[in-house]
Amino acid sequence: MIEARGLSKRYGPTLAVDGLGFDVRPGAVTGFLGPNGSGKSTTMRLIMGLDRPDEGTVRIDGRAYHQLPWPLREVGALLEARTHHPGRSAEKHLAALAAANGIPRSRVGAVLDTVGLTEVARKRAGGFSLGMAQRLGIAAALLGDPGVLLFDEPVNGLDPQGVRWIRDLMKSLAAEGRTVLLSSHLISEMALTADHLIVIGQGRLLADTSVAELTAGGRSLEEAFFAITGSSAEYRGVAPAEHRRQP
Amino acid sequence: MSAVQPRLPVGHYRLTHAARMEWIKLSSLRSTLWALLATVAGMIAIGVVTMANTKAPSADHADTFDPVNNVLAGTALGQVIVGVLGVLVITGEYSSGAIRSTLAAVPNRPVLLAAKAAVLGLLTLAVGETVTFVTFLAGRLVLTDAVPRPGLGDPGVLRALVLSGVYLAMVGLLGLALGAVVRHTALAVGLLVGVLYVVPAVLAGLTGMTVAKFFPTMIAANSLAVSKPVAGCLSPWTGFAVLCLYVAVALGAGGRLLVRRDA
Repeated sequence: MIEARGLSKRYGPTLAVDGLGFDVRPGAVTGFLGPNGSGKSTTMRLIMGLDRPDEGTVRIDGRAYHQLPWPLREVGALLEARTHHPGRSAEKHLAALAAANGIPRSRVGAVLDTVGLTEVARKRAGGFSLGMAQRLGIAAALLGDPGVLLFDEPVNGLDPQGVRWIRDLMKSLAAEGRTVLLSSHLISEMALTADHLIVIGQGRLLADTSVAELTAGGRSLEEAFFAITGSSAEYRGVAPAEHRRQP
Repeated sequence: MSAVQPRLPVGHYRLTHAARMEWIKLSSLRSTLWALLATVAGMIAIGVVTMANTKAPSADHADTFDPVNNVLAGTALGQVIVGVLGVLVITGEYSSGAIRSTLAAVPNRPVLLAAKAAVLGLLTLAVGETVTFVTFLAGRLVLTDAVPRPGLGDPGVLRALVLSGVYLAMVGLLGLALGAVVRHTALAVGLLVGVLYVVPAVLAGLTGMTVAKFFPTMIAANSLAVSKPVAGCLSPWTGFAVLCLYVAVALGAGGRLLVRRDA
């Protein structure tokens, strides 16, 4: 269970997150949806305690992240971009994290198997493709067998098999009773994976509802998304007139 | 569906857990091995060559003649390699993004910095003591017969070797602290080189040893790596105490900034 209350975070002149509050409940995949620059990654960083909110609090099973006695056994996170040193092997990267939280060394081999990196476990991770780096990040998230999982844009760089694999993985994690927060700007991916949706725009909460409710009345999730976020997209392109479809 | 409650061991992660993590991280990078090998090889080579070229002192210089100082000349090189290694222990995490997975495992930042300092400090201390003693013993062998051969039992020799080994570890810790403060490799290395070489050299040129004697490189050369105190410089133990103060203040500042700033 993740509980955010009145979260605000400002970077210089930019208000990245603005009075955001929501609950992420166990046993379901909660999609975290919003246009680019809407504050999804910032919120993930606030949950993890990497950045400190200017206002508000976020608790995981009743505690702030820095109060967790064994953080990786309680929260697993795949954050945006790479989070490993290029000169270190996947195996040593995971072994170091395991040692930090008293996680048995056998988990390293187990999660490498789960994500399919066993064969390259001893190679320097700097040579990994984006998809392999993403898998290493997922292995790190699963390492401590945590009850709460955060995935920031997990399908980035994955091939179609990888996309289906992560989709099934997240559903099975939720089915086991874990709390799963999945951020993405890919609506189609959300429609296939998420049970519940938290939609934000310009750092503010726009909707906190089930996918079923949002798409009631035969609306596609995409239509619903544009109806909600209509005025809040941070960066917007203009459709060239010659490509605009005639009704 | 009920929530998964992970079965957690009693207690919570401690400095020892963080130190185990840091040891695995430091020992699994090839750059660590190369840096330490370069330190050892460079210091022994410089020490041996300097000793082979050391001539017997003239009668009026016999009082201040200190071959121990010559044999440790390679410290001037070794310190910057160890210092850069210290910088990279933390800036390498910021440049690669690894700091985010590190802080996910150990969100208590002062504990993290203490673990990094303990692992780096002990490793560079072991290397530092090994290299000063090996260099001394190797350098002794190549002295020409005309030069009185120093022994480990001579006054001040053991102190010079031990403190010079400690000095390498202290520069490693200063590098780590600088890295924690500025978080960018190039800037931290630039500042390190400035503090170790440029500023004291300029000051020595302008004002002699008055201020320069307080800089680490000058303390190492004139206060630590000596069996006979050098006039106008800090005494061995005063120099050592000043360095301890620098390391404590720098790590304290690094720790405070890590806590205050976003990762």
